[in-house]
Amino acid sequence: MSADTATTRTVPGENQRDRFYRLLPGLLADQPRLVAVLAEISVNYLEEVPPSIADRVVNVGIREQLLVGAAGGLALTGMRPIVHTFAAFLVERAWEQVKLDLGHQGVGAVLVSAGASYDWPEGGETHFGHRDVALLDTLDGWTVHVPGHPDEAEALLRAALPGDDRVYLRLASDSNRLPRDVSDGRMRVLRRGSRGTVIAVGPLADRTLAATEGLDVTVLYAATVRPFDAETLRTTLDSPDVVLVEPYLRGTSTAEVTAALRGLRHRVLGLGVGRNESRRYGVPADHDRLHGIDEAGLRRAITGFITEFD
Amino acid sequence: MLVRMSAPNQASHGYDDLAALLTLMTGDEKHDASATSTLDVLWVLYDRILRVAPDRVDDPDRDRFLLSKGHGPMAYYAVLAAKHFLPVADLPAFGGFDSPLGYHPDRTLVPGVEIGSGSLGHGLGLAVGTALGLRMTGRDRAAVVVLVGDAELEEGSNAEAIQVAGRRHLGNLTTVVIDNSSASAGWPGGIAARFAVEGWSTRDVDGRDHDALERAFTAATDDRPHVVVAHVDPEEPR
Repeated sequence: MSADTATTRTVPGENQRDRFYRLLPGLLADQPRLVAVLAEISVNYLEEVPPSIADRVVNVGIREQLLVGAAGGLALTGMRPIVHTFAAFLVERAWEQVKLDLGHQGVGAVLVSAGASYDWPEGGETHFGHRDVALLDTLDGWTVHVPGHPDEAEALLRAALPGDDRVYLRLASDSNRLPRDVSDGRMRVLRRGSRGTVIAVGPLADRTLAATEGLDVTVLYAATVRPFDAETLRTTLDSPDVVLVEPYLRGTSTAEVTAALRGLRHRVLGLGVGRNESRRYGVPADHDRLHGIDEAGLRRAITGFITEFD
Repeated sequence: MLVRMSAPNQASHGYDDLAALLTLMTGDEKHDASATSTLDVLWVLYDRILRVAPDRVDDPDRDRFLLSKGHGPMAYYAVLAAKHFLPVADLPAFGGFDSPLGYHPDRTLVPGVEIGSGSLGHGLGLAVGTALGLRMTGRDRAAVVVLVGDAELEEGSNAEAIQVAGRRHLGNLTTVVIDNSSASAGWPGGIAARFAVEGWSTRDVDGRDHDALERAFTAATDDRPHVVVAHVDPEEPR
Protein backbone atom coordinates (compact mmCIF):
# COMPACT_ATOMS: atom_id res chain seq x y z
CA MET A 1 0.00 0.00 0.00
CA SER A 2 1.31 3.46 -0.81
CA ALA A 3 0.36 6.68 0.91
CA ASP A 4 -2.11 7.66 -1.78
CA THR A 5 -4.09 4.45 -1.42
CA ALA A 6 -4.42 4.68 2.33
CA THR A 7 -8.04 4.26 3.27
CA THR A 8 -8.04 6.91 5.96
CA ARG A 9 -6.61 10.36 5.92
CA THR A 10 -3.19 10.80 7.45
CA VAL A 11 -3.01 12.78 10.64
CA PRO A 12 0.31 14.57 11.15
CA GLY A 13 2.33 13.08 13.96
CA GLU A 14 0.04 10.08 14.24
CA ASN A 15 1.90 6.90 15.16
CA GLN A 16 0.81 3.30 14.59
CA ARG A 17 -0.92 3.02 17.92
CA ASP A 18 -2.80 6.31 17.43
CA ARG A 19 -4.00 5.05 14.07
CA PHE A 20 -5.26 1.82 15.63
CA TYR A 21 -7.29 3.68 18.24
CA ARG A 22 -8.68 6.07 15.65
CA LEU A 23 -9.74 3.20 13.38
CA LEU A 24 -11.21 0.91 15.98
CA PRO A 25 -14.66 2.51 16.53
CA GLY A 26 -15.34 2.64 12.79
CA LEU A 27 -14.23 -0.94 12.28
CA LEU A 28 -16.50 -2.10 15.09
CA ALA A 29 -19.39 -0.13 13.61
CA ASP A 30 -18.87 -1.59 10.14
CA GLN A 31 -18.22 -5.20 11.12
CA PRO A 32 -20.67 -6.70 13.63
CA ARG A 33 -18.46 -9.75 14.12
CA LEU A 34 -15.69 -7.68 15.71
CA VAL A 35 -15.26 -7.29 19.44
CA ALA A 36 -12.52 -5.25 21.10
CA VAL A 37 -11.20 -6.91 24.24
CA LEU A 38 -9.14 -4.63 26.44
CA ALA A 39 -7.41 -4.78 29.79
CA GLU A 40 -7.67 -1.15 30.89
CA ILE A 41 -4.86 -0.01 28.58
CA SER A 42 -6.24 2.53 26.08
CA VAL A 43 -9.82 2.19 27.33
CA ASN A 44 -10.00 5.99 27.38
CA TYR A 45 -9.82 6.00 23.57
CA LEU A 46 -13.07 4.06 23.38
CA GLU A 47 -15.10 5.78 26.06
CA GLU A 48 -17.04 7.90 23.59
CA VAL A 49 -18.09 5.11 21.24
CA PRO A 50 -21.75 5.06 20.10
CA PRO A 51 -24.14 2.90 22.15
CA SER A 52 -24.60 0.64 19.12
CA ILE A 53 -21.07 -0.70 19.48
CA ALA A 54 -20.45 -0.14 23.19
CA ASP A 55 -21.42 -3.72 24.02
CA ARG A 56 -18.65 -4.92 21.74
CA VAL A 57 -15.99 -3.05 23.66
CA VAL A 58 -15.18 -5.36 26.55
CA ASN A 59 -12.80 -3.99 29.15
CA VAL A 60 -11.98 -6.81 31.56
CA GLY A 61 -9.91 -4.56 33.79
CA ILE A 62 -6.35 -5.41 34.77
CA ARG A 63 -6.91 -9.12 34.18
CA GLU A 64 -4.73 -10.33 31.34
CA GLN A 65 -5.53 -14.03 31.79
CA LEU A 66 -9.19 -13.22 31.31
CA LEU A 67 -8.31 -10.83 28.47
CA VAL A 68 -7.08 -13.71 26.35
CA GLY A 69 -9.32 -16.40 27.86
CA ALA A 70 -12.47 -14.39 27.13
CA ALA A 71 -11.18 -13.75 23.61
CA GLY A 72 -10.99 -17.51 23.15
CA GLY A 73 -14.56 -17.92 24.35
CA LEU A 74 -15.76 -15.11 22.09
CA ALA A 75 -14.05 -16.75 19.14
CA LEU A 76 -15.81 -20.02 19.98
CA THR A 77 -19.12 -18.24 19.37
CA GLY A 78 -17.98 -16.94 15.98
CA MET A 79 -16.91 -13.47 17.03
CA ARG A 80 -13.61 -11.99 15.84
CA PRO A 81 -11.77 -10.63 18.89
CA ILE A 82 -9.30 -7.78 18.62
CA VAL A 83 -7.26 -8.12 21.79
CA HIS A 84 -5.07 -5.27 22.89
CA THR A 85 -2.60 -4.32 25.56
CA PHE A 86 1.16 -3.85 25.92
CA ALA A 87 3.24 -6.58 24.31
CA ALA A 88 4.71 -7.81 27.58
CA PHE A 89 1.30 -8.35 29.15
CA LEU A 90 -0.46 -9.60 26.05
CA VAL A 91 2.00 -12.30 25.07
CA GLU A 92 4.06 -12.96 28.19
CA ARG A 93 1.75 -12.57 31.16
CA ALA A 94 -1.11 -14.41 29.49
CA TRP A 95 1.19 -16.85 27.73
CA GLU A 96 -0.66 -20.02 28.64
CA GLN A 97 -3.97 -18.46 27.61
CA VAL A 98 -2.45 -17.56 24.23
CA LYS A 99 -1.27 -21.15 23.89
CA LEU A 100 -4.37 -22.96 25.17
CA ASP A 101 -7.39 -20.67 24.97
CA LEU A 102 -6.68 -19.78 21.35
CA GLY A 103 -4.34 -22.31 19.72
CA HIS A 104 -5.37 -25.46 21.55
CA GLN A 105 -9.07 -24.63 21.13
CA GLY A 106 -8.45 -24.29 17.41
CA VAL A 107 -9.72 -20.71 17.31
CA GLY A 108 -8.13 -17.39 16.42
CA ALA A 109 -7.98 -13.74 17.34
CA VAL A 110 -6.15 -10.62 16.31
CA LEU A 111 -3.72 -9.71 19.07
CA VAL A 112 -2.62 -6.10 18.73
CA SER A 113 0.22 -5.07 20.98
CA ALA A 114 1.59 -1.66 21.80
CA GLY A 115 4.86 -0.71 23.40
CA ALA A 116 7.07 -2.82 21.12
CA SER A 117 10.49 -3.63 22.59
CA TYR A 118 11.11 -0.44 24.53
CA ASP A 119 8.82 2.31 23.35
CA TRP A 120 8.64 3.42 26.97
CA PRO A 121 12.19 2.93 28.22
CA GLU A 122 11.56 4.96 31.35
CA GLY A 123 9.29 2.10 32.36
CA GLY A 124 12.18 -0.32 32.42
CA GLU A 125 12.38 -4.08 32.09
CA THR A 126 8.82 -4.85 33.25
CA HIS A 127 7.47 -3.01 30.22
CA PHE A 128 9.94 -4.26 27.61
CA GLY A 129 8.35 -6.51 25.00
CA HIS A 130 11.21 -7.79 22.84
CA ARG A 131 10.51 -11.48 23.55
CA ASP A 132 7.07 -11.54 21.91
CA VAL A 133 7.84 -12.81 18.42
CA ALA A 134 10.24 -15.47 19.69
CA LEU A 135 7.59 -16.73 22.10
CA LEU A 136 4.95 -16.93 19.38
CA ASP A 137 7.47 -18.91 17.33
CA THR A 138 6.99 -21.81 19.74
CA LEU A 139 3.32 -22.06 18.72
CA ASP A 140 1.50 -23.33 15.67
CA GLY A 141 -0.26 -21.20 13.14
CA TRP A 142 0.48 -17.61 14.07
CA THR A 143 0.83 -14.88 11.48
CA VAL A 144 3.09 -12.10 12.77
CA HIS A 145 3.03 -8.58 11.37
CA VAL A 146 5.57 -5.93 12.29
CA PRO A 147 4.39 -2.85 10.40
CA GLY A 148 6.81 -0.05 9.69
CA HIS A 149 4.28 2.73 9.19
CA PRO A 150 0.75 3.62 10.35
CA ASP A 151 -0.59 2.99 6.84
CA GLU A 152 0.96 -0.46 6.86
CA ALA A 153 -0.49 -1.13 10.30
CA GLU A 154 -3.91 -0.16 8.99
CA ALA A 155 -3.65 -2.33 5.89
CA LEU A 156 -2.46 -5.34 7.89
CA LEU A 157 -5.15 -4.86 10.52
CA ARG A 158 -7.94 -4.57 7.96
CA ALA A 159 -6.69 -7.65 6.13
CA ALA A 160 -6.67 -9.68 9.36
CA LEU A 161 -10.25 -8.95 10.36
CA PRO A 162 -12.28 -11.16 8.01
CA GLY A 163 -10.46 -14.39 8.96
CA ASP A 164 -10.64 -16.78 11.87
CA ASP A 165 -6.91 -17.32 12.15
CA ARG A 166 -4.37 -16.27 14.77
CA VAL A 167 -2.73 -12.96 13.97
CA TYR A 168 -0.28 -10.88 15.96
CA LEU A 169 0.05 -7.23 15.00
CA ARG A 170 3.01 -5.54 16.70
CA LEU A 171 2.54 -1.79 16.80
CA ALA A 172 5.50 0.49 17.46
CA SER A 173 5.84 4.20 18.16
CA ASP A 174 8.64 4.39 15.63
CA SER A 175 7.90 4.33 11.90
CA ASN A 176 9.64 4.70 8.57
CA ARG A 177 9.17 7.97 6.72
CA LEU A 178 6.94 6.46 4.04
CA PRO A 179 4.72 3.38 3.88
CA ARG A 180 5.41 0.45 1.61
CA ASP A 181 3.10 -2.03 -0.08
CA VAL A 182 2.79 -4.86 2.41
CA SER A 183 -0.54 -6.24 1.27
CA ASP A 184 0.71 -9.61 -0.02
CA GLY A 185 2.82 -10.59 2.99
CA ARG A 186 5.94 -10.70 0.79
CA MET A 187 9.24 -8.97 1.36
CA ARG A 188 10.03 -5.93 -0.74
CA VAL A 189 13.36 -5.37 -2.47
CA LEU A 190 14.61 -1.96 -1.35
CA ARG A 191 18.05 -2.19 -2.93
CA ARG A 192 20.05 -4.70 -4.96
CA GLY A 193 23.69 -5.64 -4.32
CA SER A 194 25.99 -8.62 -4.69
CA ARG A 195 27.74 -9.12 -1.37
CA GLY A 196 24.92 -10.32 0.79
CA THR A 197 21.36 -9.67 1.84
CA VAL A 198 20.18 -7.52 4.69
CA ILE A 199 16.59 -8.09 5.82
CA ALA A 200 15.14 -5.07 7.60
CA VAL A 201 12.00 -5.65 9.63
CA GLY A 202 9.26 -3.09 10.23
CA PRO A 203 10.28 0.26 11.66
CA LEU A 204 13.99 -0.43 11.11
CA ALA A 205 13.81 -0.12 7.30
CA ASP A 206 14.84 3.52 6.93
CA ARG A 207 17.65 3.12 9.41
CA THR A 208 18.91 -0.02 7.71
CA LEU A 209 18.90 1.72 4.33
CA ALA A 210 20.91 4.59 5.80
CA ALA A 211 23.31 2.20 7.53
CA THR A 212 23.98 0.27 4.32
CA GLU A 213 24.34 3.32 2.07
CA GLY A 214 27.23 2.66 -0.29
CA LEU A 215 27.57 -1.00 0.71
CA ASP A 216 27.12 -3.56 -2.08
CA VAL A 217 24.26 -5.46 -0.45
CA THR A 218 20.67 -6.35 -1.22
CA VAL A 219 18.23 -4.85 1.26
CA LEU A 220 14.87 -6.54 1.72
CA TYR A 221 11.98 -5.22 3.76
CA ALA A 222 9.60 -7.40 5.76
CA ALA A 223 6.47 -6.19 7.53
CA THR A 224 5.18 -9.76 7.85
CA VAL A 225 7.71 -12.09 9.43
CA ARG A 226 5.51 -15.18 9.95
CA PRO A 227 5.05 -16.87 7.68
CA PHE A 228 8.57 -15.97 6.62
CA ASP A 229 8.93 -15.13 2.93
CA ALA A 230 11.64 -17.65 2.13
CA GLU A 231 10.95 -17.45 -1.60
CA THR A 232 11.87 -13.80 -1.97
CA LEU A 233 15.04 -14.35 0.04
CA ARG A 234 16.04 -17.28 -2.19
CA THR A 235 15.16 -15.68 -5.50
CA THR A 236 16.98 -12.43 -4.74
CA LEU A 237 19.99 -14.07 -3.12
CA ASP A 238 23.37 -13.35 -4.63
CA SER A 239 26.01 -13.99 -2.02
CA PRO A 240 24.67 -16.40 0.65
CA ASP A 241 25.42 -14.08 3.55
CA VAL A 242 22.31 -12.86 5.32
CA VAL A 243 21.88 -10.23 8.01
CA LEU A 244 18.62 -9.94 9.92
CA VAL A 245 17.77 -6.55 11.39
CA GLU A 246 14.88 -7.11 13.76
CA PRO A 247 13.36 -4.67 16.26
CA TYR A 248 12.81 -7.44 18.82
CA LEU A 249 14.92 -10.24 20.29
CA ARG A 250 18.14 -10.68 18.38
CA GLY A 251 18.23 -13.86 16.30
CA THR A 252 14.47 -14.47 16.40
CA SER A 253 14.30 -15.24 12.67
CA THR A 254 17.69 -16.90 12.28
CA ALA A 255 16.08 -20.35 12.16
CA GLU A 256 13.73 -19.14 9.40
CA VAL A 257 16.68 -18.02 7.29
CA THR A 258 18.45 -21.32 7.93
CA ALA A 259 15.34 -23.18 6.80
CA ALA A 260 14.93 -20.94 3.75
CA LEU A 261 18.52 -21.61 2.64
CA ARG A 262 18.57 -25.32 3.43
CA GLY A 263 21.00 -27.15 1.18
CA LEU A 264 23.07 -24.03 0.64
CA ARG A 265 26.22 -23.17 2.57
CA HIS A 266 25.44 -19.81 4.08
CA ARG A 267 26.11 -17.47 6.95
CA VAL A 268 23.55 -15.62 9.05
CA LEU A 269 23.96 -12.70 11.42
CA GLY A 270 21.04 -11.77 13.65
CA LEU A 271 20.85 -8.18 14.86
CA GLY A 272 18.24 -6.94 17.28
CA VAL A 273 17.58 -6.53 20.96
CA GLY A 274 19.86 -8.46 23.31
CA ARG A 275 18.52 -10.64 26.11
CA ASN A 276 20.64 -9.12 28.86
CA GLU A 277 18.79 -7.18 31.52
CA SER A 278 20.03 -3.67 30.82
CA ARG A 279 18.56 -2.05 33.96
CA ARG A 280 18.63 1.25 32.04
CA TYR A 281 15.90 3.81 31.38
CA GLY A 282 16.37 6.89 29.18
CA VAL A 283 14.95 7.22 25.67
CA PRO A 284 14.57 4.64 22.86
CA ALA A 285 17.68 5.93 21.05
CA ASP A 286 19.74 5.03 24.12
CA HIS A 287 18.55 1.46 23.89
CA ASP A 288 19.03 1.29 20.11
CA ARG A 289 22.66 2.24 20.72
CA LEU A 290 23.00 -0.18 23.63
CA HIS A 291 21.81 -3.08 21.47
CA GLY A 292 23.78 -1.98 18.41
CA ILE A 293 20.76 -1.30 16.24
CA ASP A 294 21.31 2.43 15.89
CA GLU A 295 22.53 3.50 12.45
CA ALA A 296 26.21 3.47 13.40
CA GLY A 297 25.94 0.13 15.15
CA LEU A 298 24.15 -1.47 12.20
CA ARG A 299 26.73 -0.17 9.74
CA ARG A 300 29.57 -1.45 11.89
CA ALA A 301 28.05 -4.91 12.32
CA ILE A 302 26.93 -5.33 8.70
CA THR A 303 30.25 -4.12 7.27
CA GLY A 304 32.17 -6.43 9.59
CA PHE A 305 30.03 -9.38 8.59
CA ILE A 306 30.24 -8.98 4.81
CA THR A 307 33.98 -8.23 4.86
CA GLU A 308 34.87 -10.86 7.46
CA PHE A 309 36.71 -13.10 4.98
CA ASP A 310 38.07 -10.40 2.67
CA MET B 1 -30.72 -19.20 32.84
CA LEU B 2 -31.32 -22.92 32.84
CA VAL B 3 -34.68 -24.66 32.74
CA ARG B 4 -35.73 -28.25 32.98
CA MET B 5 -36.23 -29.78 29.57
CA SER B 6 -39.84 -30.51 28.69
CA ALA B 7 -38.87 -33.94 27.38
CA PRO B 8 -35.75 -35.79 28.47
CA ASN B 9 -33.08 -36.43 25.87
CA GLN B 10 -33.79 -39.74 24.18
CA ALA B 11 -31.18 -42.33 24.93
CA SER B 12 -31.03 -46.05 25.08
CA HIS B 13 -28.59 -45.81 27.97
CA GLY B 14 -29.69 -44.78 31.42
CA TYR B 15 -27.93 -43.73 34.56
CA ASP B 16 -27.58 -47.33 35.63
CA ASP B 17 -25.50 -48.06 32.53
CA LEU B 18 -22.81 -45.51 33.38
CA ALA B 19 -20.84 -47.83 35.64
CA ALA B 20 -20.44 -50.34 32.83
CA LEU B 21 -19.40 -47.58 30.42
CA LEU B 22 -16.80 -46.43 32.93
CA THR B 23 -15.51 -49.97 33.20
CA LEU B 24 -14.86 -50.02 29.46
CA MET B 25 -12.30 -47.24 30.08
CA THR B 26 -10.92 -48.20 33.47
CA GLY B 27 -11.04 -51.98 33.17
CA ASP B 28 -12.12 -52.01 36.77
CA GLU B 29 -15.61 -52.70 37.99
CA LYS B 30 -15.18 -50.56 41.09
CA HIS B 31 -14.74 -46.82 40.68
CA ASP B 32 -13.33 -44.66 43.43
CA ALA B 33 -14.96 -41.44 44.43
CA SER B 34 -12.47 -39.24 42.58
CA ALA B 35 -13.28 -40.95 39.27
CA THR B 36 -16.99 -40.42 39.75
CA SER B 37 -17.10 -37.09 41.61
CA THR B 38 -18.60 -35.43 38.54
CA LEU B 39 -20.79 -38.34 37.43
CA ASP B 40 -24.13 -37.35 38.94
CA VAL B 41 -23.76 -33.68 38.04
CA LEU B 42 -22.89 -34.58 34.45
CA TRP B 43 -25.78 -36.99 34.21
CA VAL B 44 -28.31 -34.49 35.49
CA LEU B 45 -26.99 -31.83 33.13
CA TYR B 46 -27.10 -34.03 30.04
CA ASP B 47 -30.28 -35.87 31.00
CA ARG B 48 -32.42 -33.03 32.27
CA ILE B 49 -30.93 -29.59 31.63
CA LEU B 50 -28.68 -28.97 28.64
CA ARG B 51 -30.32 -28.28 25.30
CA VAL B 52 -27.77 -30.24 23.35
CA ALA B 53 -27.95 -33.30 21.17
CA PRO B 54 -25.59 -35.30 18.96
CA ASP B 55 -27.28 -33.96 15.82
CA ARG B 56 -26.86 -30.32 16.81
CA VAL B 57 -23.29 -30.08 18.09
CA ASP B 58 -22.74 -27.09 15.78
CA ASP B 59 -26.11 -25.45 16.34
CA PRO B 60 -25.35 -21.86 17.38
CA ASP B 61 -28.39 -21.89 19.68
CA ARG B 62 -27.31 -24.96 21.63
CA ASP B 63 -26.37 -24.71 25.28
CA ARG B 64 -22.64 -24.95 25.93
CA PHE B 65 -21.16 -27.25 28.53
CA LEU B 66 -17.50 -26.53 29.26
CA LEU B 67 -15.62 -29.11 31.29
CA SER B 68 -12.90 -26.99 32.82
CA LYS B 69 -11.68 -29.65 35.23
CA GLY B 70 -10.39 -31.81 32.40
CA HIS B 71 -8.63 -34.49 34.38
CA GLY B 72 -10.52 -37.65 35.24
CA PRO B 73 -12.80 -37.32 32.18
CA MET B 74 -14.08 -40.91 32.26
CA ALA B 75 -17.40 -39.83 33.74
CA TYR B 76 -17.72 -37.19 31.01
CA TYR B 77 -16.99 -39.65 28.22
CA ALA B 78 -19.36 -42.18 29.78
CA VAL B 79 -22.20 -39.65 29.79
CA LEU B 80 -21.38 -38.50 26.25
CA ALA B 81 -21.42 -42.13 25.11
CA ALA B 82 -24.68 -42.78 26.96
CA LYS B 83 -26.19 -39.83 25.12
CA HIS B 84 -24.78 -40.94 21.74
CA PHE B 85 -22.33 -38.08 21.24
CA LEU B 86 -19.63 -40.68 20.77
CA PRO B 87 -19.73 -44.41 20.06
CA VAL B 88 -19.51 -46.76 23.01
CA ALA B 89 -16.99 -48.67 20.89
CA ASP B 90 -14.56 -45.75 21.29
CA LEU B 91 -14.38 -46.11 25.06
CA PRO B 92 -12.03 -49.10 25.47
CA ALA B 93 -9.20 -47.35 23.58
CA PHE B 94 -9.31 -44.48 26.13
CA GLY B 95 -5.89 -42.82 26.19
CA GLY B 96 -4.56 -44.76 23.22
CA PHE B 97 -2.51 -43.22 20.43
CA ASP B 98 -5.31 -43.48 17.88
CA SER B 99 -8.12 -42.73 20.31
CA PRO B 100 -9.96 -39.40 20.26
CA LEU B 101 -10.44 -39.84 24.01
CA GLY B 102 -7.44 -38.57 25.93
CA TYR B 103 -6.93 -38.30 29.65
CA HIS B 104 -7.83 -34.67 29.02
CA PRO B 105 -10.56 -33.93 26.43
CA ASP B 106 -9.83 -32.20 23.13
CA ARG B 107 -12.69 -30.30 21.54
CA THR B 108 -11.28 -30.82 18.07
CA LEU B 109 -11.37 -34.60 18.46
CA VAL B 110 -14.64 -35.35 20.26
CA PRO B 111 -18.03 -34.23 18.95
CA GLY B 112 -19.94 -32.30 21.57
CA VAL B 113 -16.87 -31.41 23.62
CA GLU B 114 -16.89 -27.62 23.73
CA ILE B 115 -13.37 -26.96 25.03
CA GLY B 116 -10.07 -28.72 25.29
CA SER B 117 -9.04 -28.69 28.92
CA GLY B 118 -6.52 -30.20 31.27
CA SER B 119 -4.47 -27.26 32.46
CA LEU B 120 -6.57 -25.99 35.35
CA GLY B 121 -8.14 -22.56 35.45
CA HIS B 122 -9.00 -22.00 31.79
CA GLY B 123 -12.67 -22.96 31.57
CA LEU B 124 -14.18 -20.06 33.46
CA GLY B 125 -12.42 -17.47 31.31
CA LEU B 126 -13.49 -19.26 28.15
CA ALA B 127 -17.01 -19.48 29.58
CA VAL B 128 -17.13 -15.74 30.24
CA GLY B 129 -16.09 -15.08 26.65
CA THR B 130 -18.62 -17.60 25.37
CA ALA B 131 -21.41 -16.04 27.43
CA LEU B 132 -20.47 -12.58 26.13
CA GLY B 133 -20.31 -13.86 22.57
CA LEU B 134 -23.72 -15.53 22.77
CA ARG B 135 -25.17 -12.29 24.02
CA MET B 136 -23.51 -10.28 21.24
CA THR B 137 -24.73 -12.66 18.56
CA GLY B 138 -28.30 -12.58 19.86
CA ARG B 139 -28.29 -16.19 21.02
CA ASP B 140 -30.29 -15.27 24.08
CA ARG B 141 -31.70 -18.72 24.73
CA ALA B 142 -28.35 -20.46 24.79
CA ALA B 143 -26.87 -20.99 28.24
CA VAL B 144 -23.29 -21.66 29.26
CA VAL B 145 -22.47 -24.15 32.00
CA VAL B 146 -18.86 -24.57 33.13
CA LEU B 147 -17.71 -27.26 35.53
CA VAL B 148 -14.76 -26.58 37.82
CA GLY B 149 -13.29 -28.37 40.81
CA ASP B 150 -12.82 -26.95 44.28
CA ALA B 151 -9.06 -27.42 44.00
CA GLU B 152 -9.07 -25.94 40.51
CA LEU B 153 -10.57 -22.78 41.97
CA GLU B 154 -7.18 -22.13 43.57
CA GLU B 155 -5.96 -20.93 40.17
CA GLY B 156 -6.07 -17.13 40.22
CA SER B 157 -7.46 -16.95 36.69
CA ASN B 158 -10.82 -18.06 38.14
CA ALA B 159 -10.97 -14.99 40.35
CA GLU B 160 -10.59 -12.75 37.28
CA ALA B 161 -13.50 -14.50 35.57
CA ILE B 162 -15.77 -14.66 38.62
CA GLN B 163 -15.41 -10.92 39.20
CA VAL B 164 -16.07 -9.89 35.61
CA ALA B 165 -19.00 -12.30 35.16
CA GLY B 166 -20.66 -10.84 38.22
CA ARG B 167 -20.03 -7.25 37.25
CA ARG B 168 -21.28 -7.77 33.70
CA HIS B 169 -24.44 -9.56 34.87
CA LEU B 170 -23.86 -12.67 32.80
CA GLY B 171 -27.17 -14.30 33.61
CA ASN B 172 -26.57 -16.84 30.84
CA LEU B 173 -23.62 -18.33 32.74
CA THR B 174 -23.78 -21.08 35.34
CA THR B 175 -20.73 -22.46 37.11
CA VAL B 176 -20.94 -25.81 38.83
CA VAL B 177 -18.22 -26.41 41.37
CA ILE B 178 -17.60 -30.03 42.31
CA ASP B 179 -16.54 -29.72 45.93
CA ASN B 180 -14.93 -32.92 47.09
CA SER B 181 -12.78 -31.07 49.61
CA SER B 182 -9.64 -31.53 47.55
CA ALA B 183 -8.38 -27.94 47.81
CA SER B 184 -5.29 -28.21 50.00
CA ALA B 185 -5.79 -24.85 51.67
CA GLY B 186 -9.57 -25.19 51.90
CA TRP B 187 -12.17 -22.48 51.48
CA PRO B 188 -13.01 -21.04 54.93
CA GLY B 189 -16.56 -19.76 54.88
CA GLY B 190 -17.41 -21.89 51.87
CA ILE B 191 -17.00 -21.61 48.12
CA ALA B 192 -20.41 -20.08 47.41
CA ALA B 193 -19.48 -17.01 49.46
CA ARG B 194 -16.66 -16.19 47.01
CA PHE B 195 -19.19 -16.04 44.19
CA ALA B 196 -21.91 -14.31 46.20
CA VAL B 197 -19.69 -11.38 47.09
CA GLU B 198 -19.02 -10.87 43.37
CA GLY B 199 -22.72 -10.71 42.54
CA TRP B 200 -23.62 -14.31 41.71
CA SER B 201 -26.68 -16.19 42.86
CA THR B 202 -25.65 -19.37 44.65
CA ARG B 203 -26.91 -22.80 45.64
CA ASP B 204 -25.18 -25.42 47.76
CA VAL B 205 -26.41 -28.90 46.99
CA ASP B 206 -25.75 -32.58 47.53
CA GLY B 207 -23.79 -33.51 44.42
CA ARG B 208 -25.29 -37.01 44.34
CA ASP B 209 -28.97 -36.00 44.63
CA HIS B 210 -30.37 -35.72 41.13
CA ASP B 211 -33.58 -33.92 41.99
CA ALA B 212 -31.74 -31.48 44.25
CA LEU B 213 -29.20 -30.84 41.49
CA GLU B 214 -31.98 -30.18 39.00
CA ARG B 215 -33.59 -27.71 41.38
CA ALA B 216 -30.25 -26.01 42.00
CA PHE B 217 -29.48 -25.63 38.29
CA THR B 218 -32.90 -24.17 37.55
CA ALA B 219 -33.03 -21.92 40.61
CA ALA B 220 -31.60 -18.82 38.92
CA THR B 221 -34.27 -16.34 37.95
CA ASP B 222 -32.50 -13.02 37.38
CA ASP B 223 -29.63 -11.52 35.42
CA ARG B 224 -26.97 -12.65 37.84
CA PRO B 225 -24.61 -15.47 36.93
CA HIS B 226 -25.36 -18.56 38.95
CA VAL B 227 -23.15 -20.97 40.83
CA VAL B 228 -24.07 -24.44 42.02
CA VAL B 229 -21.67 -25.84 44.59
CA ALA B 230 -22.14 -29.59 44.41
CA HIS B 231 -20.77 -31.29 47.50
CA VAL B 232 -19.57 -34.86 47.13
CA ASP B 233 -18.04 -37.06 49.79
CA PRO B 234 -14.38 -37.59 48.89
CA GLU B 235 -14.37 -41.07 50.45
CA GLU B 236 -17.75 -42.37 49.35
CA PRO B 237 -17.35 -45.44 47.13
CA ARG B 238 -19.68 -45.79 44.17
